[in-house]
Amino acid sequence: MSLLDKIKSDIVESHVWKAIFRHGYEDTPRNRVMMVTANVFLHLHPAKVRRHAVRMRFTWCMGGLTFLMFLMTVITGIYLMFYYRPVAEYAYADMKYLEFDMPFGMLMRNMHRWAAHAMVVFVWLHMFRVFLTGSYKPPREFNWIVGVLLLVLTLLLSFTGYLLPWDQLSIWAVTVGSNMARATPLLGYEGPFADLVGANPIYDARAFLFGGGEIGPHTLLRFYILHCIFIPLVASILMAVHFWRIRRDGFSGPSL
Amino acid sequence: MAEATREKRLPLDDKIHTWPHLVRGEFLITLFVIVVLTLWSITIDAPLEEPANPTRTPNPSKAPWYFLGLQEMLVYFDPWNAGVVMPTLIIVGLMVIPFIDINPKGNGYYCFKDRKYEILTFFLGFHILWVSMIIIGTFFRGPGWNLFWPWQRWDPHKVVALTNVDLPYLFGFRDYFWSAMFGLVVIGAYFVIATLAFYFWVLRVKGKEFMERWGMVRFLIVALLFVTMLALPAKMFLRLVFNVKYILVTPWLNI
Repeated sequence: MSLLDKIKSDIVESHVWKAIFRHGYEDTPRNRVMMVTANVFLHLHPAKVRRHAVRMRFTWCMGGLTFLMFLMTVITGIYLMFYYRPVAEYAYADMKYLEFDMPFGMLMRNMHRWAAHAMVVFVWLHMFRVFLTGSYKPPREFNWIVGVLLLVLTLLLSFTGYLLPWDQLSIWAVTVGSNMARATPLLGYEGPFADLVGANPIYDARAFLFGGGEIGPHTLLRFYILHCIFIPLVASILMAVHFWRIRRDGFSGPSL
Repeated sequence: MAEATREKRLPLDDKIHTWPHLVRGEFLITLFVIVVLTLWSITIDAPLEEPANPTRTPNPSKAPWYFLGLQEMLVYFDPWNAGVVMPTLIIVGLMVIPFIDINPKGNGYYCFKDRKYEILTFFLGFHILWVSMIIIGTFFRGPGWNLFWPWQRWDPHKVVALTNVDLPYLFGFRDYFWSAMFGLVVIGAYFVIATLAFYFWVLRVKGKEFMERWGMVRFLIVALLFVTMLALPAKMFLRLVFNVKYILVTPWLNI
């Protein structure tokens, strides 16, 4: 036995190693199953899948890539959070600081932005694929509903993030997008029947969203918290449900 | 008995191990997409304009691109409708799909023949209405939300004649009350006639037996959603061909 093999076996046979990895790496059917079931991340998958379900032309990989884009935005987003302050006086300056002074700041911001856009596109394509393969049909009806909620949350995540650079593009895009809220029937002050409820510019659906009558520092903080904490949290919970359901029901496919 | 035992033996196991067959694919795709995203991000910078200034409204002000379909709908409907009611119906409509589609065929494989109408409806809603409205809103709308070709200069002083009139006015109604009544009748008639037409069309195409299995509740939900979806192209047609502004005009809401 060479020295290298000796070192390797010493490590692989050690108490610590065995405490972490509970199975060997020999390519046996048992280890293949253990690979998945004994790993908290991989066990999102079933241990075995139907042959057709791993083909790219069946899945288009869109669900998984949506999740990947989510993870990319989380990682790059945490980096951005170290340098960005959601305060009207500082937010824009921090963007410039991030772009010009921080190592990889521009790259991280670009990746965050493009991954967010890609996530929106991928989640739409994922929905389209799931529709085309009829994968929402029994027993997966509820998972389709969770998926629609995740689609809405993806749009909201992207939308709340749009405000944070605090430049002309962001406040006006968010103004246009949120103007809809003030037209909500009953709840928005410009919507039909608003006077029945007593909605007014500083007390209606949009004011609730903005934290005031118009976009201002309070809105920035509010959108920041929605963007970085609230919506990702809710989306993560729904993703857990979404993935668990797929795990339970298996990947859809023609009956044998 | 013999039948049953044979059946039990028959199903072939077409399952393969997730490790390595699926995980390998996922890993490669992940690497590939991360590389593409990184290269993309090195080459193209995210936009950052001048600092936010609430006193200077850019013209045009556009929502994020994924909401431009809704903003484009504002041309044809008021904000309470295009911005609140329709999006709500889109979300609810998507959620009820598994419960209104009782066709057991096409579960887990691509097939157009077995699900012609379902796929065509989705295509109409998603590709034709949603995506094309986004494309129009993104590339063909300039200052004043006027139409511009992508190669045209955005002229903020472009003069566009405001020739739109309300439908009741076109039909000679000048009185406030009767205009509103007329609008109400037209919209009511649209929904009733379209629902009836849809009913008889389903009967003809799918047959009586299908309609009984589908049930009245499912039919009415589908009819409401489908007819409302068609209201968008209908209103677009009225606007673009006859310059119709509103169909129903009341002090509270206009449609």
